[in-house]
Amino acid sequence: MGSRASTLLRDEEIEEIKKETGFSHSQITRLYSRFTSLDKGENGTLSREDFQRIPELAINPLGDRIINAFFSDGEDQVNFRAFMRTLAHFRPIEDNEKGKDPSSSEPLNSRNNKLLFAFRLYDLDKDDKISREELLQVLRMMVGVNISDEQLGSIADRTIQEADQDGDSAISFPEFVKVLEKVDVEQKMSIRFLH
Amino acid sequence: MWLGNLPRSSSRRGTYLFLLVFLLGTVLPLGVASSPDSHGTDAPQDTKHEASNGHGHHGNESHTAVKKAFPVLNFEYESVRLPFEIALWILLASLMKLGFHLIPRLSSFVPESCLLIVVGLLVGGLIKIVGEKSPVLHSQIFFLYLLPPIILDAGYFLPIRPFSENIGTILVFAVIGTLWNSFFIGGLLYGVCQIGGKDLEKIGLLPNLLFGAIISAVDPVAVLAVFEEIHINELLHILVFGESLLNDAVTVVLYHLFEEYAGVGSVTFLDVPLGFICFFVVALGGVFVGLAYGLLAAFTSRFTTHTRVIEPLFAFLYSYMAYLSAEVFHLSGIMALIACGVVMRPYIEANISHKSHTTIKYFLKMWSSVSETLIFIFLGVSTVAGPHSWNWTFVICTLVFCLVARVLGVVGLTYIINKFRIVKLTTKDQFIIAYGGLRGAIAFSLGYLLPPDHFPMRDMFLTAIITVIFFTVFVQGMTIQPLVDLLAVKKKQETKRSINEEIHSQFLDHLLTGIEDVCGHYGHHHWKDKLNRFNKKYIKKCLIAGDRSKEPQLIAFYHKMEMKQAIELVETGGIAKIPSAVSTVSMQNIQPKQKVTERALPQLSKGKEEEIRKILRTNLQKTRQRLRSYNRHTLVADPYEDAWNQMLIRRQKVKQMEKRMNNYLTVPANHPDSPTMSRARLSSDPNAYIPKPKAGIPAITVDPASPQSPESLNLVDELSKRTEEEEEEGIVMKMHTPSTDEVFTSNNAEKEQRLMRCLSDPGPHPEGEEEEPFLP
Repeated sequence: MGSRASTLLRDEEIEEIKKETGFSHSQITRLYSRFTSLDKGENGTLSREDFQRIPELAINPLGDRIINAFFSDGEDQVNFRAFMRTLAHFRPIEDNEKGKDPSSSEPLNSRNNKLLFAFRLYDLDKDDKISREELLQVLRMMVGVNISDEQLGSIADRTIQEADQDGDSAISFPEFVKVLEKVDVEQKMSIRFLH
Repeated sequence: MWLGNLPRSSSRRGTYLFLLVFLLGTVLPLGVASSPDSHGTDAPQDTKHEASNGHGHHGNESHTAVKKAFPVLNFEYESVRLPFEIALWILLASLMKLGFHLIPRLSSFVPESCLLIVVGLLVGGLIKIVGEKSPVLHSQIFFLYLLPPIILDAGYFLPIRPFSENIGTILVFAVIGTLWNSFFIGGLLYGVCQIGGKDLEKIGLLPNLLFGAIISAVDPVAVLAVFEEIHINELLHILVFGESLLNDAVTVVLYHLFEEYAGVGSVTFLDVPLGFICFFVVALGGVFVGLAYGLLAAFTSRFTTHTRVIEPLFAFLYSYMAYLSAEVFHLSGIMALIACGVVMRPYIEANISHKSHTTIKYFLKMWSSVSETLIFIFLGVSTVAGPHSWNWTFVICTLVFCLVARVLGVVGLTYIINKFRIVKLTTKDQFIIAYGGLRGAIAFSLGYLLPPDHFPMRDMFLTAIITVIFFTVFVQGMTIQPLVDLLAVKKKQETKRSINEEIHSQFLDHLLTGIEDVCGHYGHHHWKDKLNRFNKKYIKKCLIAGDRSKEPQLIAFYHKMEMKQAIELVETGGIAKIPSAVSTVSMQNIQPKQKVTERALPQLSKGKEEEIRKILRTNLQKTRQRLRSYNRHTLVADPYEDAWNQMLIRRQKVKQMEKRMNNYLTVPANHPDSPTMSRARLSSDPNAYIPKPKAGIPAITVDPASPQSPESLNLVDELSKRTEEEEEEGIVMKMHTPSTDEVFTSNNAEKEQRLMRCLSDPGPHPEGEEEEPFLP
């Protein structure tokens, strides 16, 4: 940790990341050391294998999807900027940010962006809708192998029925937001990074 | 005619009040006449003694030559004295409760606890006037009999999710807050004692600190009583309530520590670290004891499939044993009880039958309600009766210091806590937390326990304690509701959890766990996930009978929802036209407090049906409010009790008849019905099941007191016959969404099994109480 990590990360980069994501200096250095510890190939980027080496992620039902979320389209390497950009979604929302002027672009960790991130994890084909098949896939991953397809199908149907308001038998992003309006997303989707 | 209505309703009220007063008039003198020494421990011996004397006397009499006439009517009160008095007091308490709710507007702005204390005062005054010695709230009785039901009720229905999310904050408030309070109050009072008059000077530092420890603990009974009625948002409720529960450990340690050494007169420096260690032993030991008993209870419930009737007993007995065992070792009994309730609940509910679950719920609520009532009444009685020694300086200073200490403590601790919280506590929150620090009967009982020889100032302490209790309960209790409204504090949200929320919440949990792993941060989600996995892999297999151990939580939740919808469908009769006047489950027990927001409803092709279902659903939703665990006073009638089976049967009949009508175009013959069936049917309709579109359709008469197991066995058999029949016929009418039909028209054996299991033991809490992973 310590000096070796910080020399590899230039101050200007830290500043840029700070501005883009809102993380503090110490948080950025801490995450950078984590990044380097994951980066076994030591080439400054992470590949899918590096992520898959994390043991708990392998048993997580959503492990693959989470890994994919870090990689932007078509690429198979994640640099530190992209790493931080993804993680920024999970920064807790701070009170002083709520007063910011609306003209500046929405911070990455706003409630909307958090929900958008989650939505994209469902929506694999990126058509801005969660279709029945996509929902079924997620359900299957979370529930395991003991449950029959029919039962899962009925759960999926019911879920879509509950949320669907425009009758397209799929959940669009506004519908998704509406369904979760009672859930305290700010708290649920935030990780308390230690100061 | 405008005069017509008014006198009628007021005269009805008047009749009720008159009846109540009349009853009281008869009950009270009896109580008064029989109350002296009623709760002392010598009473049982006395009665035994006298009873044996009586018998001996009779025996003697029969042997002597002088033969009296055989007494046709005898009056022998002494042998039943104790149970009689106890029952009388409980009856009085319950009648009081009844009375309050009959008086129209009183209960809306005066919390019940205040009214009960006033009643206690009145009764105490009455007893004093009559000249008898009034019963005092002996600490033994309080701690052994009155307190455990309340705590068990709180622990069993503790909302785990908000509790575990805020556990850090709660612990800080409970431990550090209470320590701060006791030392602040104790220290300042010592200073006041030194300055104040000569009778105060004798009180040393240790007694003052002890007094500080006693008075500083926030009382769970009082908090429950007051907070239940104000429906504050979940976060604040759990913070204050959790604090009141967990500060018991601190109170126990401080109390014993100071009590020990107050006799000696001084505390050496060695005792301070010992005190710390003692605290950890007390707290963790209590939790451990509770955990052990909870797991035992869960394990036992695995084998109770053949003795369903005594299932609730195990839950109660194991918890009580946990409490008593903890008390034996001077560990924190309250924490043991809470731990036991929390641990055993998910497993017991997976194992026991639906009826047992209802029994447990109702018994807990009933006992805790009675306990609470008795506690407050006795507080009032003890106030009138108890030896008092009023000292203006001491009492006023105590009161002031309590308030000041509470405010300072809350503000200071929140400042520190907010650095670690994601959702910060606002000033409004802090105000409510500080204002909600009510003292109650625990403080009084602890004060009462003080041995008078070591503590000559005990009476003064008691007076001060009672004053503080009265102040907090009356002043703070009464004004908190208007303050909450004034400050526009967020209220409780009365909504059901939809399947969307459930799925997405789980999804987010997994997501967050994954992200935490990527960051290498072992946070809340990580440990929760680990615990859940450990629970699923090992513990559930041991403690849950049969294949329910493998049932994922999502599926269980879904089943509950489907049952709900099934009932709704059944109640609509499953066919088009239903008059909206069909009222469902008996509304007697239901007091809907707030309107439930309507959920987004599925759009089905049969529009009219949907409309009707919507109407019914709003009616149903009003009745079937999700039982927020800590609301003791309104019990929502469980619509699944026995209505379920009947509805199911009727639904099956409906479908059958429809099929037959469609196939054969004849009116089907009458099936020989079980009595339950015929009771469940609409009375005027023996044949076709189309409900006539009359306004005067009789409400579906659900008899809540329907017979128990023998009938239900029959029901199961009938239904299995029917489902088999349907299978043979092979024509399944898919009238509605495939999901709901699948629940009923079992197309594969697995589902039929599940269905049958559902019938005999439908899931424990189908009304929407969450069955969450161990730490949701």
